[in-house]
Amino acid sequence: MNQVGFPLLSLLTFLPLVGVVVIMSVRGDEAVVANNARWTALWTSLIVFVFSLLLWVDFDRGYAGFQFTETLAWLPQYGVNYQMGVDGISIMFVLISTALTPIAILSSWNNPARVREYMIAFLVMETTMIGLFSALDFILFFVFFEAVLIPMFIIIGIWGGERRLYAAIKFFLFMFAGSMFMLLGILALWFHDGTTSIPAMMHIPLPPHLQFWLFLAFLAAFAVKIPIWPLHTWLIDAHREAPIAGSVLLAGVLANMGGYGFLRFSVPLLPDASQHLAPLMFTLGVVAVIYTSIAALVQRDLLKLVAYSSIGHMAIAVIGIFTFTVQGIEGSLFRMLSHGFITAALFLCVGVLIDRTKSQSMDAFGGVVHRMPLYALLFMVFAMGTVGLPGTAGFIGEILVIVGALKVNFWVALLTGTTLILSAVYMLVAYRRVVYGVIARPELRGLKDLGGREIAMLVPLVVLTIWMGIYPSSFSTFFDATVTAMAKNHALAMSGGGSGAHLASTANAVSTVAMAGGAN
Amino acid sequence: MIFAIAVFAPLAGSLISGLFGRWLGDRGAQAVSVILMLVAAFFGVVSGLRLLTGLVPDGYVFVGDWLHVGGFQADWSLRYDSLSAVMVMMVTVVSTLIHIYSIGYMEGDRSVPRFFAYLSLFTFAMLMLVTANDLLQLFFGWEGVGLVSYLLIGFWYDRPSANDAAIKAFIMNRIGDLGFALGIALVFFLFGSIRFDTIFADVVAQNHAVYHLFGANLHALDVIGILLFIGAMGKSAQLGLHPWLADAMEGPTPVSALIHAATMVTAGVFLMVRMSPLLEYAPVALAVVGIIGGTTAVFAATIGCAQTDIKRVIAYSTCSQLGYMFVAVSVGAYQASIFHLIMHAFFKALLFLTAGSVIHAMSGEQDMRKMGGLARLIPYTYVMMWIGGLALAGIPPLSGFFSKDAIIDASFYGRGGGYACICVELATYLTAFYTWRLIFMTFHGPRRGDAHVMAHVHESPWVMRGPLAVLAIGAVFGGGLLDHYFVGTGQRAFWNGSISTVNDPHILTSIAHVPLFIDFLPTVLGLLGIATAFVMYMLRPDLPALLAARFGFIYRLLIHKYYVDELYGAIFVRPYHALARAIWHVGDEDIIDGIPRGGALLARGSAGGLVRLQSGSLAQYAFVMLIGLVVLISVFLIFR
Repeated sequence: MNQVGFPLLSLLTFLPLVGVVVIMSVRGDEAVVANNARWTALWTSLIVFVFSLLLWVDFDRGYAGFQFTETLAWLPQYGVNYQMGVDGISIMFVLISTALTPIAILSSWNNPARVREYMIAFLVMETTMIGLFSALDFILFFVFFEAVLIPMFIIIGIWGGERRLYAAIKFFLFMFAGSMFMLLGILALWFHDGTTSIPAMMHIPLPPHLQFWLFLAFLAAFAVKIPIWPLHTWLIDAHREAPIAGSVLLAGVLANMGGYGFLRFSVPLLPDASQHLAPLMFTLGVVAVIYTSIAALVQRDLLKLVAYSSIGHMAIAVIGIFTFTVQGIEGSLFRMLSHGFITAALFLCVGVLIDRTKSQSMDAFGGVVHRMPLYALLFMVFAMGTVGLPGTAGFIGEILVIVGALKVNFWVALLTGTTLILSAVYMLVAYRRVVYGVIARPELRGLKDLGGREIAMLVPLVVLTIWMGIYPSSFSTFFDATVTAMAKNHALAMSGGGSGAHLASTANAVSTVAMAGGAN
Repeated sequence: MIFAIAVFAPLAGSLISGLFGRWLGDRGAQAVSVILMLVAAFFGVVSGLRLLTGLVPDGYVFVGDWLHVGGFQADWSLRYDSLSAVMVMMVTVVSTLIHIYSIGYMEGDRSVPRFFAYLSLFTFAMLMLVTANDLLQLFFGWEGVGLVSYLLIGFWYDRPSANDAAIKAFIMNRIGDLGFALGIALVFFLFGSIRFDTIFADVVAQNHAVYHLFGANLHALDVIGILLFIGAMGKSAQLGLHPWLADAMEGPTPVSALIHAATMVTAGVFLMVRMSPLLEYAPVALAVVGIIGGTTAVFAATIGCAQTDIKRVIAYSTCSQLGYMFVAVSVGAYQASIFHLIMHAFFKALLFLTAGSVIHAMSGEQDMRKMGGLARLIPYTYVMMWIGGLALAGIPPLSGFFSKDAIIDASFYGRGGGYACICVELATYLTAFYTWRLIFMTFHGPRRGDAHVMAHVHESPWVMRGPLAVLAIGAVFGGGLLDHYFVGTGQRAFWNGSISTVNDPHILTSIAHVPLFIDFLPTVLGLLGIATAFVMYMLRPDLPALLAARFGFIYRLLIHKYYVDELYGAIFVRPYHALARAIWHVGDEDIIDGIPRGGALLARGSAGGLVRLQSGSLAQYAFVMLIGLVVLISVFLIFR
């Protein structure tokens, strides 16, 4: 059925639930349960990660379509099936999900309250994330898309900070409002196409006016996830209140769901609408880059600062997608992946300080480097990743998006490029306030440098940051073929002037490739 | 392959002394990084000589893939042609000398291993820059040296002023880098490649390309040239993006010598020379380069005349000398530009390191008003300062004479060179003046220093004096020895096609025939400058105060560096902060959050207290979903 001979993606998706069952079955006093829950969660997520490496090894990199496909009948009379598979784009997101989950679990090792439920929430979260990125059926995708909200809602609402309920409900309402529009869109597509299989939908052309409304409906759902300005304020509150591990997944994976949605649905299924509304997306993206990068400068709360920087970085990814150039789309992918682990790492860095001082305000720090030189070094690597220094992962996405954007419009490229300056402004100022200077506060004199657990969660991210910075080809070989095909198909659809016949023939070409892949 | 050793040995030194410095100790880290720098210098010089003598042909060492996306391809590779060989030799040699000097200068500092790790890392980044085979690797080195410059300016991170200066340097560089990045993107857009060889081969074909911008069809190569020059302006501290360089003097003095005089700040000039085959077809861009370069040469020199911090005087001098190099670029005398770059590296590093020795002797004092009369106390340093000064002022037969003369002569002949020529002549006079002002204020006259400090004035240890001697040899003999190869009759064979002079191939031969007065003018002006300084600071020490009182406006303008910092503060920094607060409080908190909040209030009011969103219970969650479902189905039915 696929190159590994067994349903690997389903295994990855549902393996965390096995961990959940194990955790639930543990009995004993609270300390024993908590300890068992921690280790079970960590081992489960590590095993899932190791299995997910099979994807890395066995993926056919020259091939643009879907691989590791599995299909089971679900509601065949309605054209709905349980269909899984990854292409070069989604495989990366599956991998980042499986890689970040163990790190998130490690980061909340000393979480005091209700450890068992906490770990269960994270494992359920992992299931929904992997499922979402491997779903090849729109209904299945939507199920995971919605299901991911529940554990995150609970994580923020129960283990969050002081205003956790406000943040959790805001998070939920924004997400849910967006999803409703998407559900409408899905239903409309279903009635039009008679199927919800994504590979099949790719070769059914849609009339432009339907594309237009569908685009807006999808935009609502994906824009709040990314989030796109001006739908971003929930994110600031969510990051401020969520436990650090929640922020790690929120920034590392949930934000990417929106970008993934654009790449999976908006661009291939709705080429005309995407093309016509690209100026809107550029405008929103450019405004977000500048707006959030400026706002980040005056934040005193480190979590809010990182949250603002996260929005600005994701906006660059959005701009990249809608250039429809190979450079722009690949830049956008690099941007999303690097944002995934660099922003996650920044949250972890802030978390390290919060663990020690119970404070997340910049003003409470200064001179940290005197006591924590290793921390200062790792933090510097991530800060430079955020700033987009060449040699770090952050740069690759940035320069590719700029190159892609310049093919479309000089001003889009210029305004996107302001992130080079603006991100340096807020990041260096924040770093200086926290890390440099003399130790002014007596309570900072007793700070201890990173411990073993913290090194174990941060060093892999440092390695990733630099690896993707100096050898990005090892990642782009996975999505090169897929993205090239996507850009080519988009160009073909556009040159066809949107006429149905042309659309159909080009979409057919895509799907033949895709089907051939399924037969692998 | 030995070329690769020269480039990667500093990286190894940096990683070893940086990551294992805690276990190696100060001496161990110094030893590792200095030995690896010596290795780098040895291989750098050997491979450079082999190339320049024609033993090995031009080419490049392929190290690995970097980025291949569509046609946008960049590799890790080390290009060696005459231009990069010359730069590699200069960088490795000067860097090694400064590493050795730093052993003495940084003695007793808290974090010696970190310092050496940064210095070596800087050297590696600089070598990656000069050996780049495509624009993106050049950008990698470019930003890499920017990072290390930031780290080293802020090396003493306890000082707020050092942190401010570091951030300022990084951000000002980044403004230029935005131009550079857009330039790279536009090069790719036009040429479909960012490899130098591919670009240069295609320049003629693209000469008629236009790029639509500002509602006009502009000459595309000119647009590229100007974008790249904006990058060069940031890195080489040219007018407008210059204020960071003087503040960068907050870093330790060896850093100022290596990064902010000899190597990093010349990267902008190197970029221009590297892109010479393209710039030759970008006349407007070259004109802009000439105007900015010439203006900077005079502008910075005038500021240098009024500063009292010994390092800041030299920093403004660097700024001004970089202007000279850009003038040479603008008239097509790229060879003269690189010639001056190399000579400048030697004598400016010498000046900075001697200034470092003075500061070392004065227990950290940098204000020249508190010095004076040091000549007898530290005679070795005094002599070195004279050598550096003579070379800088372009007094024959020192090295600065040859390189500066070539630039001035070329600017006389160069197209549209009239303005630049006047600028550099004027700057020559000012250069000699502020240099001797520095020497007289520091070494002559009454001892104005604190008695306690003056009692401790001492000559530096041999590890600091040795490198000075080597640099002094370069500053004295370098020009005379290399003149023939860099700009003389041997230049064509020497550069071997690595520099393009399509437009005006004869500019270097014609500078040998300039009118006599142009030939002598720089020397005369230099001597006049020295004489003026002598009168003002030796014969009539009351004169400067008189002049300052008489021409108060000009004096204040100069001492405040034309109020550029204040201007930027008023038009950029403060409005930016105000905007940031407005965005955060008004934009996000009031407007964007206000809409859903208002909506929620409305919903709560209309639902008569049924919906209590704050409760957060699962029942409420289900209820919200239910409402959603109702809305959905009704919408669905309506549209059916």
